[in-house]
Amino acid sequence: MTIKEVEQEIVEEFAIFEDWMDKYEYLIELGKNVPVISDGAKLESNLIKGCQSRVWLDAEFKDGKIFFKADSDAIITKGIISLLIRVFSGRRPKEILEANLDFIKQIGLQENLSPTRANGLLSMIKQIKAYSLAYAAKEESSK
Amino acid sequence: MENRSSINNIRTLFPALNQRVNGKKLVYLDNGATSQKPLSVIELVNEMNSGVNGNIHRAVHELSAKTTSLYEGARDKVKNFINASQREEIIFTAGTTASINLVASSFSQKYLNPGDAVLVSEGEHHSNIVPWQMACDRTGATLRVLPLDDNGCWRLDLLDTLLDSSVKIVSVAHVSNILGVINPIEKVIERAHSLNIPVLIDGAQGIVHSRVDVQKLDCEFYAFSGHKMYGPTGTGVLFGKYHWLEKLPPYLGGGDMIESVSFEKTTYAQPPLKFEAGTPNFIGMAALGAAIDFILQIDTELASKNEKEIVEYVLKEFSAIEGLTLYGQHSQNKIPLFSFTVKGAHPTDLAMLMDKMGVALRSGQMCSEPVMDRFGTESMLRASFAVYNTLEEAKIFILSLKRAIKMLT
Repeated sequence: MTIKEVEQEIVEEFAIFEDWMDKYEYLIELGKNVPVISDGAKLESNLIKGCQSRVWLDAEFKDGKIFFKADSDAIITKGIISLLIRVFSGRRPKEILEANLDFIKQIGLQENLSPTRANGLLSMIKQIKAYSLAYAAKEESSK
Repeated sequence: MENRSSINNIRTLFPALNQRVNGKKLVYLDNGATSQKPLSVIELVNEMNSGVNGNIHRAVHELSAKTTSLYEGARDKVKNFINASQREEIIFTAGTTASINLVASSFSQKYLNPGDAVLVSEGEHHSNIVPWQMACDRTGATLRVLPLDDNGCWRLDLLDTLLDSSVKIVSVAHVSNILGVINPIEKVIERAHSLNIPVLIDGAQGIVHSRVDVQKLDCEFYAFSGHKMYGPTGTGVLFGKYHWLEKLPPYLGGGDMIESVSFEKTTYAQPPLKFEAGTPNFIGMAALGAAIDFILQIDTELASKNEKEIVEYVLKEFSAIEGLTLYGQHSQNKIPLFSFTVKGAHPTDLAMLMDKMGVALRSGQMCSEPVMDRFGTESMLRASFAVYNTLEEAKIFILSLKRAIKMLT
């Protein structure tokens, strides 16, 4: 599946929820199943600090693809993280760099990615893109 | 019942309260951040923007005369409101932060030297820490911190050790924005004065919940914001004892703060204009006058009865919620402001869920990282009530909190 297709899948899933509470209940559920970073790996170096909540992000480059693990101290943030990981993890750097994440807006969660929300999510996406850029460059140079 | 109908009368004056958010009736409990505005304030701002608009202190035309008189009239209202001894002791600023920065900047230029110290408390808002850190960095002075005890109260037992002749100024909050504790500022002022140390009080929260008498307090400076006391945003006040305002060098340079200007030498106006460079927010300040008129009309007996009912109700309900920790003492010496955490539920998650239920709260570090550190948490959730909040809203707050906790744990 392409990134676009996974995004579409998520949009369809969220379409079944009529009200905000149901939507958030689903996010909380998702948040409980995020590929979690073990406490020992929660380092200062992979911490993205927001005023509202904290996010940890770890990346591994294997066979030309990037695999992400992430965690947050806030469960709804974690739920959104799980969506981002579902979209991004196991992808080639080029695919990630081209993704524009329209689905976040379509499922009505864009307010969570506003710079003023300061929950670490926006910085997390920037960090994901930065990893992709770095790995893309690494791949290029090793050719 | 009588209580409720009277509070409802107050509510009708605040159009912002009568709205739905996320399809739910708004329960606005983020008054510690900013309050909603009564019609009298809104209407005066509109009226001035729609016609009564001319720059103050500058022209002979009618509009300028009208705005000047509204602006200076507001100064008289503030003077009476806090019982300053003269109107020249009232400086208009953009807010509490601007007021504190003014003092920190001007005071440090003249009175802070290497080896000197500034005393703040551990419970301060960033706005009463960072300006002093900046001043210390510039001058080589150091920042001293009066610690908090586990109830969020000042460790007055340590005051005498911290206060010595190297302390040049004490700058502390009247009421903590996180803990809601009404601090014993009288005692600190008295101790500081016994060593001839001037005191600045950060009154951002304090001015809203009690009547302040600066002559009785005898503090050198008292800083507060208009927007938390039902006035427009971007308005603030610095009260300073006149002889201090005379001694302090000006802060910003520009129009209105000068007596005469030449390229060789400029002489400055007398306070308060000395500290009001440039075109001030004259519409906002005039409307702060209207906000003060509103506050003076409040039936204080009714308001404090309502406040007491809410505090009692919230404390009772809180004590029954498992895993809930309330920060700041549980006594009467507290404004109706509650910062808390719930075990297993992140404050941001709670705030997001409750927002969807129409309840507006504050979550996060709330501009007070040192307070978070003191109580060993990354963030808190805060509900802060104002004069227009009802017991019914407190009930909705508790109901929505319980529902959100259930969803998260």
